Amino acid sequence: MTPQLPLSHLQSSASAETDTPLPAMHMPLEDNLSLNLLAANTHQADHNNEQFQRWDLICFNLMSSPGAGKTLLLERSLPSLARELNMAVLEGDMTTQLDADRLEAVGIPVVPITTGRACHLDAAMVSGGLNLLQQRLDPAALDLLLVENVGNLVCPAEFDVGEHHKVALLSVTEGDDKPLKYPLMFRNADVVLITKIDLLPHLPVDLDAIRRNILSINPDATVIEVSALTGEGLEAWHRWVRHALVQRKSPIPALATA
Amino acid sequence: MHEVDMTKCLLISLNEWRDRRDNTSAMVETVHLDVGRFTCVEPDQLVTTYNAAVQGSWLDGSRLTITEIPFIGRCLSCNGTYDPVPENAYRSPCCDHPLEEIVSGRELRIRSIDYRSDSAAALESSPIQRQR
Ligand SMILES: Nc1nc2c(ncn2[C@@H]2O[C@H](COP(=O)(O)OP(=O)(O)OP(=O)(O)O)[C@@H](O)[C@H]2O)c(=O)[nH]1
Ligand SMILES: [Mg+2]
Ligand SMILES: [Zn+2]
Repeated sequence: MTPQLPLSHLQSSASAETDTPLPAMHMPLEDNLSLNLLAANTHQADHNNEQFQRWDLICFNLMSSPGAGKTLLLERSLPSLARELNMAVLEGDMTTQLDADRLEAVGIPVVPITTGRACHLDAAMVSGGLNLLQQRLDPAALDLLLVENVGNLVCPAEFDVGEHHKVALLSVTEGDDKPLKYPLMFRNADVVLITKIDLLPHLPVDLDAIRRNILSINPDATVIEVSALTGEGLEAWHRWVRHALVQRKSPIPALATA
Repeated sequence: MHEVDMTKCLLISLNEWRDRRDNTSAMVETVHLDVGRFTCVEPDQLVTTYNAAVQGSWLDGSRLTITEIPFIGRCLSCNGTYDPVPENAYRSPCCDHPLEEIVSGRELRIRSIDYRSDSAAALESSPIQRQR
């Protein structure tokens, strides 16, 4: 796909103007644009991504249905990662009361993103969050920026915010068919965390089926099972985070396929 | 509800399209979109949102028409194409292969704009990007 800017067409029609007779008023003209419908968001996302490059940090976009465990994962993961990484959180979901103090206590700054009544974050909202972040600290000192998206399995997948990786969470309480019902989210995710696995003994849910369904839609996905509550699986997730950072800082193809 | 944001993006592109023209008197009749079946867009909702959003603007009276593009995958085992369906976990029916390559269905594209202009302008003649 080669998105074309309307400008090239306008130039061609302007030059033709001199030798072409006036078209009859009833004849509609046609501009063939082939423009990405979300071009406005894509441009802003690219701009955010350039900022991230300048600051030499890596950005994750965390997405899931409401209550799948994004905030608790951050609360449990970040203190342990903070020993080796400088991080900040852009909090897009202000409907749940994030225990910001807890993250702040271990040195994790949390910046809220004003979403209004939006059902997802878009690149412009994240750009607003980045401005607030800069008032608070020097982003160039960060290694990792985590964006907690609005709880929704549908549209956050379609709106890039400039992130390097999309992280999708699916809790075992949601049922093994959810990857099939919301395929776009799981198709676009680089890593899928199956969360709340401590609850498995109480649920008639098939963990293998969840995993199989995710990998049927997205065979390239990394799938990691975790419980933020008990800490089970968090180390595997942290290894994935470290690996993503290493890959970013030294993009050697041989390492990237490891 | 994301159709509202999609419409916002669409209007930004249409405004840019108009501003880049020498002639700002373009009267848009129809905006043609290609929307893939493997996107989060509900075509009917997008049309409804568009009609509400353009009221009173320079686009008032224009129509949005949407061509839906089928969701087609390619089986990397036998190289055949297929319709991925949730009942089969989007896998290929021929070889039970997971969904690797998406041939079509992810389109979200402003294909073309039909408009009238009361100043001289030539009919656009660049080829339409064919839908598959
Ligand atoms: N048993 C169990 N409960 C969990 C786990 N992770 C989160 N929860 C609980 O699930 C509920 C929702 O968790 P949150 O972390 O707020 O989920 P969220 O995805 O941030 O929710 P929204 O931001 O509202 O979409 C809370 O009551 C958590 O305590 C887990 O690993 N095990
Ligand atoms: Mg939350
Ligand atoms: Zn096949």
